[in-house]
Amino acid sequence: MSEIDTGGGGGKKGGGKVRSKKASTRVDMTPMVDLGFLLITFFILATTLSKPSSMTLNVPDKTKEAETEPIKASSVMTIFLGKDNKVHYIFGKAANEDPEVVTVGHGYDLRKAIQDNSRKVPGDKFVVVIKPTKEATYKNTVDVLDEMAITKTKRYALVDELTPDEKKLLKDKAQLDL
Amino acid sequence: MPIIKPKRQVPAMDMTAMCDVAFLLLTFFILTAQFRSQEAAAVDPPSSISGIKVPDKDIMTIALDKEGKVYFGIDNQNNRIAMLDNVAAAKGLSFTDKEKKAFALMASFGVPISQLKSFLSLDNEQRMKVKQPGIPVDSTGAAAENELKDWVFNARKANNGLRIAIKGDSYSKFPNFKNVLSTLQAQNINKFNLITGTEAPPAGWTND
Repeated sequence: MSEIDTGGGGGKKGGGKVRSKKASTRVDMTPMVDLGFLLITFFILATTLSKPSSMTLNVPDKTKEAETEPIKASSVMTIFLGKDNKVHYIFGKAANEDPEVVTVGHGYDLRKAIQDNSRKVPGDKFVVVIKPTKEATYKNTVDVLDEMAITKTKRYALVDELTPDEKKLLKDKAQLDL
Repeated sequence: MPIIKPKRQVPAMDMTAMCDVAFLLLTFFILTAQFRSQEAAAVDPPSSISGIKVPDKDIMTIALDKEGKVYFGIDNQNNRIAMLDNVAAAKGLSFTDKEKKAFALMASFGVPISQLKSFLSLDNEQRMKVKQPGIPVDSTGAAAENELKDWVFNARKANNGLRIAIKGDSYSKFPNFKNVLSTLQAQNINKFNLITGTEAPPAGWTND
């Protein structure tokens, strides 16, 4: 209690001495509590609540020509990021083979497609090439990179140039004029 | 029978305990507070399942807003001044101490070097009102008019341990992001972080 007992104690009693009037030393805490909670509210609102996370992106070194073994086209899934959050993907090479272009949205359909295609390729040879077109947004790119983390696809590449074959394929089969 | 009168009591509550709790919480929030820094532009990043936290210090942030404008900022005030000195020396400009001080207080900025001096000479309130045009970039990342590369280079000169984070807006177009990417690649920076929001991974997903 904030009350301090001022009565009693040592002091002579009686004897006609003038005693000072007993005053309570109880302090009203209400404004102090008000102030405390006001400041708490301010600090809660002024701090950043959720700290953003980050994903690491590694891109190949442009200056060095790394020795890599050629990748079989039959184990490559190419994902094109089109406009209006649409995703077009092909499995195999765009040139000559005339592959089927499948259009899906982001999310479950794309994830399932990646998982299905990765099962068709034995071992860890499955490669995903991500090709955002100029219609794609930054969110689309991050979403697909995130999809790589979710499906645990180890080998993927972010490529920003479309070959003429791919452009033609997208124009013919996905009505995407680039 | 005498009527028993209920004793009148003044309803007084002891506030001491409540006060203690309030100030305990207040102390906690003051000590853990990290204030939101004043950003040059509103950027709303997309979310990802990645749980890696963004480092607090030694970080260079390249922000990309909805319209594709590029903003740049580094974390330490002394490094900001050192970076500005480096850029000024490279471009043959000079800044007064007052302008340097104003520059040190900006968490991020998006003005071309040619307009920087007049931008810094404005006072704080006017500067908030100015619509910043963004730092010029180009698609090859090495052209003379690309100023992002100068900033990145001189920031790394001021603090060699800087890590690079790109914070893009969800709706910025991919080509804008590609310009930033090629600027960094042209400087042989091949590893960087993309700042994203946090979302829960799908059920049953484990990180291994």
